[in-house]
Amino acid sequence: MSDYLLEMTGISKSFNGVKALDGIHLKVRAGECVGLCGENGAGKSTLMKVLSAVYPYGTWEGKIVWDGQELKATSIRETEKAGIVIIHQELMMVPHLSVAENIFLGSEITSHGFIDYDAMNARATELLAQLDIHDINPALPVYNYSGGKQQLIEIAKALNKNARLLILDEPTSALTAAETRTLLNLIKQFKARGMACVYISHKLDEVAEIADTVTVIRDGTHIGTRPMAELTTDAIITMMVGREMKNLFPREEHAIGEVILDARNISCWDVTNPNRKVVNNVSFELRRGEILGIAGLVGAGRTELVSTLFGAYRGAYEGTVSLEGKELKIRSPRDAVRAGICMVPEDRKRDGILPIVGVGHNMTVSVLNRFAGLGLVKEEDELAAIQQEIIRLKIKTADPMLPIASLSGGNQQKAVLAKMMLPEPRVLILDEPTRGVDVGAKYEIYKLIFALAKTGVAVLMVSSEMPEVLGISDRVLVIGEGELRGNFVNENLSQEQVLAAAIGQGSRAA
Amino acid sequence: MTTTGGKSFRKFLSENKIVALLVVVALIWALFGILTYDADTGTSGFLTARNFSNLLRQMAITGMLAAAMVFVIVAGEIDLSVGSLLGLLGGVAAILDVVLGWPLAGTIATVLLLGAVLGLFNGWLTAYLGIPSFIVTLGGQLAFRGAVLGLTGGITISPVSPGFKYLGQGYLPGWLGNACAIGLFVLLVAMALLTRGKRTKHNLPVATPVAEVARLAAIGALVLGFVLVLNSYQGIPVPVLVLLVVLGLFTVMAKGTVFGRYVYAVGSNAEATRLSGVNVNLVKMLVFGLMGLMAAFAGLATTARLAAGTPSAGFGGELDAIASCFIGGTSMRGGVGSVIGALVGALIMASLDNGMSMLGVDTFWQQIIKGMILVLAVYLDIVSSGNKRA
Repeated sequence: MSDYLLEMTGISKSFNGVKALDGIHLKVRAGECVGLCGENGAGKSTLMKVLSAVYPYGTWEGKIVWDGQELKATSIRETEKAGIVIIHQELMMVPHLSVAENIFLGSEITSHGFIDYDAMNARATELLAQLDIHDINPALPVYNYSGGKQQLIEIAKALNKNARLLILDEPTSALTAAETRTLLNLIKQFKARGMACVYISHKLDEVAEIADTVTVIRDGTHIGTRPMAELTTDAIITMMVGREMKNLFPREEHAIGEVILDARNISCWDVTNPNRKVVNNVSFELRRGEILGIAGLVGAGRTELVSTLFGAYRGAYEGTVSLEGKELKIRSPRDAVRAGICMVPEDRKRDGILPIVGVGHNMTVSVLNRFAGLGLVKEEDELAAIQQEIIRLKIKTADPMLPIASLSGGNQQKAVLAKMMLPEPRVLILDEPTRGVDVGAKYEIYKLIFALAKTGVAVLMVSSEMPEVLGISDRVLVIGEGELRGNFVNENLSQEQVLAAAIGQGSRAA
Repeated sequence: MTTTGGKSFRKFLSENKIVALLVVVALIWALFGILTYDADTGTSGFLTARNFSNLLRQMAITGMLAAAMVFVIVAGEIDLSVGSLLGLLGGVAAILDVVLGWPLAGTIATVLLLGAVLGLFNGWLTAYLGIPSFIVTLGGQLAFRGAVLGLTGGITISPVSPGFKYLGQGYLPGWLGNACAIGLFVLLVAMALLTRGKRTKHNLPVATPVAEVARLAAIGALVLGFVLVLNSYQGIPVPVLVLLVVLGLFTVMAKGTVFGRYVYAVGSNAEATRLSGVNVNLVKMLVFGLMGLMAAFAGLATTARLAAGTPSAGFGGELDAIASCFIGGTSMRGGVGSVIGALVGALIMASLDNGMSMLGVDTFWQQIIKGMILVLAVYLDIVSSGNKRA
């Protein structure tokens, strides 16, 4: 018998022939907290889905030994019964059910076939008391409580399931500093009681505080497992990045002119948790012809920042934005497009395409009035513009009237780019412009970005792909936990420097 | 061979839904033609010019509502208030005409304006205040019906002036009908040639000349037959003419105007449309305004046809209009639908009503059958387009 509670060995998992995980090991003792680190898309969440049987036994290779016996679970119910409970990054609460109903969802306490609310509320109070929480009323609907409190309710739910291994996936990404503190203290208590824990986080200072061992994975492969005592956060960053840069970026020289966009003191508050600042007092300038990359970890507040500039942010915000010296009052994307600011949104399917509308008509929706006389669209003018864009962006489509949803991701993205280039913006915001796009289309999109910069368009690009940020940008802003953590000129800039700044370790450069 | 033949036929139907719908109309007419055949006279009661004229007149009012309802549903909304709004506006028209003795032009202008304003109000509540249109217009359904009962005191207001009556009961003289038909055909040919020219200029695929000529010949025969049959009775009924003009205008609006394109864009993905810099709220409000305007047309036609304003006019009209849209291939999820499809849908509903009444089918059976046809039509649409709901 080994002294490990959980031993995962040689875990591999493929999606359509692409290896997402390749021979990963993870070992956890009772009473131990293992920090699982890796860049966005390294395979952390996939590994946890293998462990919790979201991907059932048989759909992956390798071996999981749980408490001395091989685990061959095929459903989350089985793994939960064994005592493995996962708390996901996005909270899985039913907002209109009460706290107690959420805690006991799927395992309701009944008496003669009816739900015994008194017993459930009493037990919920008991569970919350174990977490030293006394200000949550189990009979109230969950939506009354903030994200941090909901996280604690999730943990109470896990306790009710007699969790022996608690997996926390980015638990603090939506929490305030005080809420984070409470959570970390709680995990320490659990450890003392013998509960095991896997803590997935980009926030390495948190990992350093509570983890006993750290496992780093990169691009689906196991990089190393070491006791935290032997490590520093800088050492973890080096392990996380350590990737070679290939020349995927068709850099072209372009002149950088005077300041065109000036954003001052931008702050945004969370839509669902209005007490939490997601962007905190960020100021920056953007120059004509400049490509400004915005790096940071997922959830750092980058999308909120740029959608505020575009007038598309749904929560509360403040700050001033000036374009060419004139202060703008942007209340909607329409105002922004008219002022000369366009944005290609992050989620193409949700916010970018009109799925059942033709490719061509998708591209012209922002500028239809340009082709109109007395409200009637002059089709020949419109078609000429569409043809020109299709050729310029090399969009592969049999017919410009085919529904855009029938095209590949890369071609859809090019069409969305065309849509936001047709208004001839002076500032173009690109939020994850190459997400879900194949390598060839990526290259063409990069070429397009350089071509735009050459004509004097200022480009603001949010990207979670570090090589992309470093390969494209003239300057890099680093956002971490809603704050501007760095403003680097992209000369001899390393991924380590950027990542260190994003995590909050690096020095602030000018 | 048969499988590929079957496949290409299915593809043809799914690309030309309107042809499939017309086939259904032809089948329904053939069925009623056979069922109403009278061996003694050697004629069929259903298939006469007189009945055809009646049938079209019956569908005209539902058709007017359905033509605008398509835009509402394509934009991803619904309007349950139009039947009551029709009743209210028809009642107002009757009061202005009969009680106050206003001139016809004044009555029409006032009612159309009132309809548009009430529609815009529905739209404002939905788009700008964010109240779901289902709720807003369900409330409107009750409120507008209440208003017409209050205004008319629950009694029928008659008789309306002869000029007003002509709007609902009159016919176009035969020569004018022929002139309209010829004009329409020339227009269609001109448009087809123009489109071909433009598409060739931009190197876009064009239909083969044979297919184009066949298409135009088919349309020409349809238009000619339509007018000849109606002229052999008393001419084109005025409300049917109004409906045809609406069909033409609204089809152009749907396909060729900025507004129409925005409506389809909003229905396809409202958030992406907003992020493209389109004023989505305004588009939605205008769609409801258009619906209100068409409810006014339908209200005027109803009052004129009955030569009286009745408090129950238009009862259930919204459901017929909505059903027509769905039978005509409009998608519940928004973004898809055509005006011509909705009108053919209305024609199918009216044919069923007319044919079954002629056969003396009990009203309860008529309702059951219409309900089943609606569900079946939408099912066939889902099957033919391969679009199972997720």
